[in-house]
Amino acid sequence: MENETTRMSTEDYSLYYGKFKALNSINIEIPSNRITAFIGPSGCGKSTFLRSFNRMNDLIPGVTTTGTVNLDGRDVAREDVVKLRKKVGMVFQRPNPFPKSIFDNVAYGPRLHGLKNRSELAVLVEKSLRQAAIWEEVKDDLQKSGMSLSGGQQQRLCIARAIAVEPEVILMDEPASALDPVATLKIEELMNELKKNYTIAIVTHNMQQAGRVSDYTAFMLTDQNRAGNLIEFGATKQIFTTPVNSRTEDYISGRFG
Amino acid sequence: MNKRNFSQNMAFGMFWLAGIVSVLIMAFVVGYIMVKGLPGISLDFFTTSPRGGLSCDGGIYSTIVTTFYMIVVTLVFATPLGVGTAIYLTEYSSNTDNRVAGRMVSIARFGVDTLAGVPSIIFGLFGYALFVTAMNLGFSILSASLAGACLIIPVIIRTTEEALKAVPAGYREGSLALGANRWETTWKVVLPAALRGISTGILLSAGRIVSETAIFFVTLGGSYRVPHSLMSGGRTMALHVYYLAMETRAFDKAMSTAAVLVALIIIMNLAINMVTNKIAAK
Repeated sequence: MENETTRMSTEDYSLYYGKFKALNSINIEIPSNRITAFIGPSGCGKSTFLRSFNRMNDLIPGVTTTGTVNLDGRDVAREDVVKLRKKVGMVFQRPNPFPKSIFDNVAYGPRLHGLKNRSELAVLVEKSLRQAAIWEEVKDDLQKSGMSLSGGQQQRLCIARAIAVEPEVILMDEPASALDPVATLKIEELMNELKKNYTIAIVTHNMQQAGRVSDYTAFMLTDQNRAGNLIEFGATKQIFTTPVNSRTEDYISGRFG
Repeated sequence: MNKRNFSQNMAFGMFWLAGIVSVLIMAFVVGYIMVKGLPGISLDFFTTSPRGGLSCDGGIYSTIVTTFYMIVVTLVFATPLGVGTAIYLTEYSSNTDNRVAGRMVSIARFGVDTLAGVPSIIFGLFGYALFVTAMNLGFSILSASLAGACLIIPVIIRTTEEALKAVPAGYREGSLALGANRWETTWKVVLPAALRGISTGILLSAGRIVSETAIFFVTLGGSYRVPHSLMSGGRTMALHVYYLAMETRAFDKAMSTAAVLVALIIIMNLAINMVTNKIAAK
């Protein structure tokens, strides 16, 4: 962890749904240009935690937080949410292309942020689709509806859409859980390419996937009050071979979860 | 055959019979009107206005024009209000932490549901008291459209709400996560996705205007002349059927007008089916 630059971090971050505490005082530093995986059993708060980084939890009535989430050392709560989400993109569990053409899906974000010039848009769309490793499959008909693609292609389209606004961080919430093994493999290969340019945080309930793709792994678990806690965080190799915490070891070795 | 199969067959037999009887009744009503009405229909019937009097010679030209005006003007008032309210109720208010706003919304919802069940003559009475008399708009297309808008706004709100709720949450999340604000998300993603559903609601409302009589009876006047402005009175086709049947001897004309009206309603329903089938196909 020593030689890494921190891209995002949290300090004593807790989150409440009304009076219910869902995340309990989490401290973590997510290194730049690496893939950080969040693992843990269902309901441990890993998705909620991921959504804290681009403030998607703001949309849920009754959510309050204490502590801070930082991007490049600055508290995201003080940042304009539009600017924050431009810097911190997100890919969801279910592929969610808009019912628009492939081109308009990718151009949606850039247009939103003021890019009008047609030729610049076309360049950006192609670049994004190439980076998301889907260009070759769709280049012949960019006017086709994004909904007409297969599940795996849709997810790569959504990744292209997220890349198109040139974010620093990409959050992925179980991006392959709705996909077949071949499509999953493509997404995983793609993530390895993407980390050259982006910082990636991924939630996965698939431990093999975490082991395959991530550089760092964070293990989360609920305490006796059902609040999510960060149990252990470290290099993926270390977490999977020599975990410090016995509960991490139990989970990794499949004794529960 | 065992007992259980027998009772099942009995039950399905009854349902089948009920279905056949309902269809037959409808077919009989439509068939009767068509048989009685169609012989009186010619091109002249559509292109000449009624001449009034007990025999009420002439056609229904002016009532077609009035019906058309009523649909357009009523929708001009009701669509923005109804769609706007539905957008507020589904896209904004559900995400509020504000107690007062939340309370207001539940009152608004309750109001919408109640209004949807109020007999139309009540809207007519209200329209007569407010628009015709108090605001001095007289018996006119304007008064009648405003009263008609009160009738169909709940319909538009309800159908638009349903259409908006049918838009997957993933579209909204996807848009917001790209840095769109709520309005941009609503305008660029949610509304286009809900457009067909909203159109269905508007078409349904247009159908209500075509078939409504009670409201217009007390707000539209009843003149059989071609309306020349928003302040003109008039009579819609449905209202014309009523006048012909009750105040003239031209029962055959009433039947012919009814046949045209039924054909129009059938066409509108086919249009609605086409729109909704396209949604289903998507």
